[in-house]
Amino acid sequence: MRFITSLTLALLSAAAVVGPAQAQTATIRMTWYSDGNEGEVISDLLKRFEEQNKDIKVVLDQVPFKAINETLPVQVASGQGPDIARVVDMGGLSRYYLDMRPYLKDAAYWDQNFGPFLEWMRPAGDTQSIPGFMTQLTVTGPFVNKTLFDQAQVPMPGDKATWEDWAKATKDVAAKVQVPFPIALDRSGHRFYSLAMSQGTKVFGSNGEPEVVDEGFKRAAQLVYDWHASGVMSKELWGSVSGTAYRGANDEFKNAQVVMYLSGSWQTSQFDKTVGDAFDWVVVPNPCGPGGCSSMPGGAGLVAFKTTQHPKEVARLMDYLASEPVLSEFYSRTLFVPGHLGLAKKGVAYPSASPQAAAALKTFTKSASEISPLAYRTQGYIHSRIIFNAVISRLGQAIAGETTLDEAYKRITADVAQQIAERTKK
Amino acid sequence: MTALGAVAGALAALPLRLLDGPMKACQRLIGAGRMPYVFLIPNFVFFGLFVFLPIAINVVFSVTGGPALFPSERPYVGAGQYAYLFDCGSYLDPNTCREDHFWRGVANTAKFVVFQVSAMVLFSLITALVLNMKIRGRGFFRAVYFFPVLLSPVVVALIWKWILQRDGLLNAAITTLGGEKILFFIDPSWAMFWAVFVSVWAHMGFYTLILLAGLQAIPSDLYEAAEMDATPRWRVFRRITLPLLWPNMIVVIVLALIKGVQTFDEVFVLTGGGPGTATLMVVQYIYETAFSNQVQNFGLAAAASVVLGLVLFLLTLAQLVLARRKES
Repeated sequence: MRFITSLTLALLSAAAVVGPAQAQTATIRMTWYSDGNEGEVISDLLKRFEEQNKDIKVVLDQVPFKAINETLPVQVASGQGPDIARVVDMGGLSRYYLDMRPYLKDAAYWDQNFGPFLEWMRPAGDTQSIPGFMTQLTVTGPFVNKTLFDQAQVPMPGDKATWEDWAKATKDVAAKVQVPFPIALDRSGHRFYSLAMSQGTKVFGSNGEPEVVDEGFKRAAQLVYDWHASGVMSKELWGSVSGTAYRGANDEFKNAQVVMYLSGSWQTSQFDKTVGDAFDWVVVPNPCGPGGCSSMPGGAGLVAFKTTQHPKEVARLMDYLASEPVLSEFYSRTLFVPGHLGLAKKGVAYPSASPQAAAALKTFTKSASEISPLAYRTQGYIHSRIIFNAVISRLGQAIAGETTLDEAYKRITADVAQQIAERTKK
Repeated sequence: MTALGAVAGALAALPLRLLDGPMKACQRLIGAGRMPYVFLIPNFVFFGLFVFLPIAINVVFSVTGGPALFPSERPYVGAGQYAYLFDCGSYLDPNTCREDHFWRGVANTAKFVVFQVSAMVLFSLITALVLNMKIRGRGFFRAVYFFPVLLSPVVVALIWKWILQRDGLLNAAITTLGGEKILFFIDPSWAMFWAVFVSVWAHMGFYTLILLAGLQAIPSDLYEAAEMDATPRWRVFRRITLPLLWPNMIVVIVLALIKGVQTFDEVFVLTGGGPGTATLMVVQYIYETAFSNQVQNFGLAAAASVVLGLVLFLLTLAQLVLARRKES
């Protein structure tokens, strides 16, 4: 009897001690996708954060990129989303974001270092809120297989070369060394706009509303269409799937089947590892056209959602991750171009990068400084993904031979109008 | 052993005995004639929650618009989504339709169903006839033809993608024999051919099994009588086998039709709906419209799925009518 009484008292005492401690622990869920090694890096950083903040537990859910674009929007719309997520369609999900301003240690630090990018995350008309920060700034640009150029003994076009120059040179190389892809362009509207910007598209009309199909756009679309017809581009990327499906050429590039691959700075770490010393590759400045040589900016932001039960703890975690030393380490280890103005100015060291990856990052950083304001505006436009997706879906159909370019132009205009109307319907 | 058996029986019957009291009370209360409905209630609740309620929600979504997820936040648009879907110059030409992707999906699904069901019935029948003969290793062959049915459709599609892609097994064989690589997923005809082929390969075993069961149920004395009369084999097939196998054939045709109309996962993984929209099926259209497009248009997807549901309902009804007609 005495034993039972002692046991009961001991259990009650333990519950009294452990109970409140457990109640005070806030669990934060973070949804994360990776292009390269950033999943490992963020795990390390979160472990360190948890050691310093015993009252917060962070659960990191690593998901495929597709889940970020397809599953996450439904989750947050139903109020069942995570507390924090790494997203790429920053404007599209803006109405679900938490404004962390009241909970942050120093909101001015965020404005100062993430200011231009915060505009990409805010809902229309909002100029104040702070929903998150950029885990990376990405810049589109061409990766070139230098070894193939050397083997074919074709001179590589210079810094201000046009798209047509590159098309001719890469086709020569591909013919001489027998590779199937002279130019590969990700099946992505964002990547297409890198070409369209250089061809002088204006994207918006005089009233500020999108007028997607203009002369510059048509020049770019015609180039992509003609390149598929002449074999500069293979239909395996743009012509082989339907709708808005993304198709990259990572495997083809690392298997030395692509002469020039237009993708983005986020691939640097991956190619540094996967290509290794199999061949030499370089990143060259964005090719030029009548509209200039601007590439497209982009990136991924880490944002907080307003459905969180722990806004203070979320802000504490975000303050930690966005702090200069932590973010500098993150960019440095992941080989990402910084999306933090202070760090971009100071420069980030990449000690783990190979010489060719370091050179690639240098070119990307230079390209970032030459991005046109229109490219920034297009990327930051709240319905930009609607435009990007309409373009790849319809252009893909034209390339596959299902429709004409003129019909595709009409459909793009109609799709954009219809989808914006649907999204804004209340 | 008998005593043990009796104890086990008594124990097993115990929960049922416990129900005796409430059942008798219920019977007294509502009468014996109404008791069957009491037994239907649990299933009805289950189906109501997981079948009828989702169908009702789907119908509600199909008459609303906007991006919101909760029905109360969605504006009522009446038949607007249906009007948008059916806004066509000519239903035979998707290019004249406002929602051309839906009609491309309908046309592709119809094409797929025609080729797939014909091939499925033909090859299943031939296979069943051969497997019904007294051949050596019959059990082994039956297992081999049934094996693909056990695989997940995604696994099936990935295996075939691995075989058919640019650097896949088939192209390796072609180039070894001195031929040129064929890009199977770029030519629309090839893509549709392989979609049908893979589907037939994956599901044929199931239908073969149904036909085999039908063949084995045909009384052997009919064949013996035909043999004694020296009836040619083709006539035996036409006059005995086919008429007696017809009920099973109807089941096979209707099941294959329904499954064909619902096709999604295999073709989606194999071709992604491409090239262009050459293998885009209706179910893929619904999935993309609701979930993978940037603006998740739940209303339009719900309207399209109601239309698809009606088609499937009509097919099922046809099966019932045909089966009943045969019985009578």
